[in-house]
Amino acid sequence: MRRRRGFAGIAALAAVPLAALVLFFVLPVAGMVARGLWVDGSFDPAGALQVLTRSRTHEVLWFTLWSAAAATVVSMLLGLPVTFVLYRLRVPGRRLLRALVVMPFVLPTVVVGVAFRTLLAPSGPLGGLGLDGSAVAIVAAMVFFNLAVVVRTVGSMWEHLDPRREQAAAALGASPAQVLRTVTLPALAPSIVAAASVVFLFCSTAFGIVLTLGGLRYSTVETEIYLLTTQFLDLQAAAALSLLQLFVVTGLLYAAHVTRTHREHAVDRASARSVTRRVRRADVPVLLVAGLALVLVAAPVVTLVLGSLRVDGGWGTAHYRALGTVGADNALLVPVTDALANSWRVAVDATLIAMVLGGLVAVVVSRQGRSRGERRGLALLDAVFMLPLGVSAVTLGFGFLITLDRPPLDLRTSPLLVPIAQAMVALPLVVRTIAPVLRSIEPRQRQAAASLGASPLRVLRTVDLPVVWRPLLAATGFAFAVSLGEFGATSFLARPQQPTMPVVIFELISRPGADNFGMALAASVVLALVTVAVMATVERLRIGSMGAF
Amino acid sequence: MRTTTRRALAAVTSLLVLTGCALSNSSDDAGEDSTKVVVATHDSWNMSKQVLRRFTEETGYEVTVQPSGDAGALTNKLVLTKDSPVADVVYGIDNTFASRAVDEGVLVDHAPSDDPGGEFEPQDATAAEQLTPVDYSDVCVNIDDTWFARNDVPPPTSFDDLADARYRGLFVTPAPSTSSPGLAFLAATVAYYGEDGWADYWQRLVDNDVKITSGWSDAYQVDFTQGGGSGDRPIVLSYASSPPFTVDDTGEPTTSALLDTCFRQVEYAGVLAGAANPEGARAFVDFMAGREFQEALPDNMYVYPVDPDAALPAAWAEYAVPADDPASLPESVIAAHRAEWLETWADVTS
Repeated sequence: MRRRRGFAGIAALAAVPLAALVLFFVLPVAGMVARGLWVDGSFDPAGALQVLTRSRTHEVLWFTLWSAAAATVVSMLLGLPVTFVLYRLRVPGRRLLRALVVMPFVLPTVVVGVAFRTLLAPSGPLGGLGLDGSAVAIVAAMVFFNLAVVVRTVGSMWEHLDPRREQAAAALGASPAQVLRTVTLPALAPSIVAAASVVFLFCSTAFGIVLTLGGLRYSTVETEIYLLTTQFLDLQAAAALSLLQLFVVTGLLYAAHVTRTHREHAVDRASARSVTRRVRRADVPVLLVAGLALVLVAAPVVTLVLGSLRVDGGWGTAHYRALGTVGADNALLVPVTDALANSWRVAVDATLIAMVLGGLVAVVVSRQGRSRGERRGLALLDAVFMLPLGVSAVTLGFGFLITLDRPPLDLRTSPLLVPIAQAMVALPLVVRTIAPVLRSIEPRQRQAAASLGASPLRVLRTVDLPVVWRPLLAATGFAFAVSLGEFGATSFLARPQQPTMPVVIFELISRPGADNFGMALAASVVLALVTVAVMATVERLRIGSMGAF
Repeated sequence: MRTTTRRALAAVTSLLVLTGCALSNSSDDAGEDSTKVVVATHDSWNMSKQVLRRFTEETGYEVTVQPSGDAGALTNKLVLTKDSPVADVVYGIDNTFASRAVDEGVLVDHAPSDDPGGEFEPQDATAAEQLTPVDYSDVCVNIDDTWFARNDVPPPTSFDDLADARYRGLFVTPAPSTSSPGLAFLAATVAYYGEDGWADYWQRLVDNDVKITSGWSDAYQVDFTQGGGSGDRPIVLSYASSPPFTVDDTGEPTTSALLDTCFRQVEYAGVLAGAANPEGARAFVDFMAGREFQEALPDNMYVYPVDPDAALPAAWAEYAVPADDPASLPESVIAAHRAEWLETWADVTS
């Protein structure tokens, strides 16, 4: 009896985020898809599904899948060495580097597109490679954006993985490669799968970057939905493609679930201080790969910084000083500094929403179900909260407009809509950062605490919280970064008097005039630096909170 | 352990405090009342608060602006929400999307008593009753004059020149499928070469190594020699109003627009069917046709006012002259053929 109540309590915890998900995701997407499937009041799925037989659709789907898969694999191959170097080795400046890695994540895609093209265009420094407008450029940009996801998600697990198992294996004669394969990677598998699935979802719904860098040779399911919805108003075809997206995402999540449940188990942990070690000669290859990855991240950023400092053929900080103004020829309605303040406020709201909902979801889905049915239910719950990452922002945005339009739910003009939309994007990341760590806690610890009379809340506080505290902070920083950088949904919903940073950067870069271009780059650099500062502060909190002294 | 808990509490508390400020600051203009006019527009909207304040002084209505996407996304948003409109009045539907809005019954009839934009009226009768012209812009090929002077090449002047081997590999344009100036340029070539000739012209452009990007900012800022980066193409598709932005130390612009390659985009305003505040919507349409708003357009939104008597900024009068005889097509023709044109275009250019 008591057990049942415990599970019911956990289920009740899930009710709030579930309600939010239904309201802000399921309802809008279903509304848009329904518009496409019901033509003139009669249900006509055949008309929509006919789109799926077009050869163009097959090409688009194929490109979407292989580019996202390639970007995911490359992100992992580069990201894991970076994670190892930044979380396990005592390299100087590693905390700063950890924060810097996240910079790309918040840069508006239009700016990254311009930065990449400035490098790769025939007249650019890397023009000789002939990559302008190629699929390689698209995959490189996807990796550029998503490296942070790998480093942060896997890092929060790896940084307190007890090294003694690895040491024991090595002492028993295992080569470093064997240790990695048989001890380290299996222990990290849940985080790696989590990171890979998030990266894949981000890449498969990448939009601005594909449009800018792919020219017109490449399109993904996401860019097709965008064009069909905003340009052609072909809702039938858009609905079919949205369903296709859902189908692919569901398949992927199922595969991830199967992989994960086979590998998930409690791991031993140690404090962050004891797991890092000095750099050895044998680490050189890893350091080289990590260095290469950091160069990939740094090159476009450096291009941006240099561009922002170019003034009339010379160098100067005029573009930064101009950020307090509305730009050349009144390009903006409010100074960039105001936009930064708006971004900050929205990000605080969005982070709070994402952390509360994401925290609840993570707690619920990391419980061990007692029966087969319970376990299935939890796995399903786990998967549905990933869905928002895999579905077109355009479908969601238009869906908001056609479903949340009647009182009491007329939220279309609510100022909360922007933080809510951003929180829906950040939520899966929050869950994916916290849940693997929660799952790795030895359940017997909780059972012991409970049998000694601790209430569920107290178990949470004394067993889970100390372990999950650091990932919790990492997730907070991540949610904050997502919100600061979010452009798609925000540009759709934000009001002009209160634009966020990505929105004003987009406006600046859409105007002729060297000053506006310079300001756009300067504003991007400032946005990235603010993010780095927030991340670095979070890092500090994390060090102190472990009571290292 | 205890430190952890205390820190957690402190962090949560400070977060709550921060959020408290945030939420209270951002919930200033919720709620509906009859003194508000909600304007749906595209994300190039940029009108100074001063001008909008004048509207409030004159009529007592306050303006709330709701931007979304480009003209296409805006039109489709209105079509999708026509049973429960998000706004009272729309500004920014252009002649390439006007027919869709009119055919879908998004708007109601209204014409300002004093309508200065008569010559820009839509050609279709129903559309003319519902839409009021507010501004126009000429989408034209721009060239980098300094590049042509430096390389001692005579600058191009016409559509045909762009396909001339002498200008091989020099032209960059955004695509019509992803960019509204790109669509205007496609329409210009259809108007100039006719239904039967435009696809051939594009084939010649492709053979002459035209570069096609997805958006305007990409073409102008990256590939154009006078953009923000260090591009290598001195011919770009932009607007007749772009040259004043490239005025250098000598006080002369370094670029110019080829006025024989222009397509005229006209932007309209209209009252939405089912508007919560139709009175206010009509008042705002009238205000947009009025002198003060018209004269504020060039500085704020880089477009020409439809009112021929509205004063233009000095640099515009000199360097941003609109085309004498721009190409144009009836908006119903554009609406009827857009999909087919884009399909043909994609076949030719891919």
